[in-house]
Amino acid sequence: MTGFSEGYREPLRKERNSMFNVAVIAGISLLAILFRVYVSRFIPYLQYLELPLLVTVYFSLMWRSPIAGLFFGAAIGLAQDSLSHQPLGMFGIVKTLVGYFAASMSLRVDVGNPVLRLFLGFVFFFFHQLLYWVLANALLGETLAFELPQALVVAMLNAIVAVFLYQLLDRLKVTG
Amino acid sequence: MEFFLSRYRNLSVLVAAILAQLVLLAYQVKTNGDVRLIRVWAVGAVTPMARVIETGRSGVSHFFSDYFVLLGVRDENKRMKTELDRVKMDNQYLRTELSTADRARSLAIFQQHSPSKTVAAHITGNTTGAGAKVVFIDRGSNSGIEPGMAVITPDGIAGKVTKVFSTASMVLLVTDQTFAAGVISQNNRVHGTFKGLGYEGSGKIEHVQNEQKVDQGEWFFTSGDDRIFPKGLPVGEVTTVHQGKTEKDIFVTLSGFRNGLEEVLIIVEGVHAPIPDAPVTNQTVHLMAPPPVDTSAAAPVIQPLQTGPVATDADRTKDQYRKLGEQTGHVYGERSKGAPNYNTPLKAEKSDAKPDKP
Repeated sequence: MTGFSEGYREPLRKERNSMFNVAVIAGISLLAILFRVYVSRFIPYLQYLELPLLVTVYFSLMWRSPIAGLFFGAAIGLAQDSLSHQPLGMFGIVKTLVGYFAASMSLRVDVGNPVLRLFLGFVFFFFHQLLYWVLANALLGETLAFELPQALVVAMLNAIVAVFLYQLLDRLKVTG
Repeated sequence: MEFFLSRYRNLSVLVAAILAQLVLLAYQVKTNGDVRLIRVWAVGAVTPMARVIETGRSGVSHFFSDYFVLLGVRDENKRMKTELDRVKMDNQYLRTELSTADRARSLAIFQQHSPSKTVAAHITGNTTGAGAKVVFIDRGSNSGIEPGMAVITPDGIAGKVTKVFSTASMVLLVTDQTFAAGVISQNNRVHGTFKGLGYEGSGKIEHVQNEQKVDQGEWFFTSGDDRIFPKGLPVGEVTTVHQGKTEKDIFVTLSGFRNGLEEVLIIVEGVHAPIPDAPVTNQTVHLMAPPPVDTSAAAPVIQPLQTGPVATDADRTKDQYRKLGEQTGHVYGERSKGAPNYNTPLKAEKSDAKPDKP
């Protein structure tokens, strides 16, 4: 029974895991951060688009490895921290948790489903914003306002963008 | 222990990663220090690319606007804008100098003090902080920039330098919620603390007691108490003032953001300037002498001008009255001398006219 179970599950895991070129991963991460830094300067509305988070969620979902997800989230988060005036670690901690939970979630659901991607994008964005707010208040003593209606609307907008972005990123998978 | 780590490997790594970052965070908060190496790497990786993109974008933009749309107007506009900014700075300086003392004394002060030494910088991008109003500028330690230096525009204060790298710096804008600066009101010389509200164009003045007097429309200037901004730089105009529990709620419209925020000046060597006095309301105004009274008896009678042919019904009626006045010898405006009833002759005139038969 045990042999059958191992023999059945292992190929499935390998088949479901997605592979990406290292240059693609680095390039997309850098572009996401650059977008946050540069593009939002000229189109202020785009500052609500949290591309580093969407990219973190995507790769964590695709890799299906919680450890890989959390390290990727930590790397992106720390890079984002480095370009902010906050102490290093705020985005790092939040995105570490997002990467871990996204990867853990991907072990149980079909991450190719657009409706599910929409849902996950919404949930993880909201979780990200809420956790950042909690950490900023608790650890840094900042008095940032958390506006729930605005957070929900922005989460939905990010989730919609995530669906199209993920379809685009699907084409960059290494096949074969 | 080994069993635990192998059984809960993912969770163990997660806890380790979170703890490591918490320690990193605690170290920074506790020592008020910074992990400079990581920031230098990140800034070094991103800002050159942002600069390349900005150069490409501005190059393409300039190409189209220069050669296809505006030809030489853009250069002239840029030159005039620079000139205008410089003149506005000079004007502001001179105005603050002249309004506090008499002209001779102000000129003496002006001669003694040179304006603040500044370095011009271009904003290259926003930072990634959530809700933070922090921007990158293309000047760093190579240009003599240091943390804590004031950043201004010709219209007012814009922010302060928080972190400096070799070719770039981070500027905390006045609109950020964590920004604070010492200010003083123009009319009543009330001291307070300016704080950003997190959105463009507005700010709040704190620590002003209810007993102190601040008027709507009054201007606030930097007081120099914060040792960052030189005294006398405009901050903003009071839009609303309310009585609070113990302190007033004062909101101001920022003056430094009037013309957008593309280029800024970093004060390398600041010069304090006095706060300009409130404008004097009962100011003496020079009036010319009244024109001499015309006493000549043979003053020509000015006739109303008749321009063009009689066109409208009103013109025709007026013409009829004029003819009637000529026939009866009546001068208009002297009714007491037996002016005719104008309606009767007009009706009579109309009744004399034979209607046309169809």
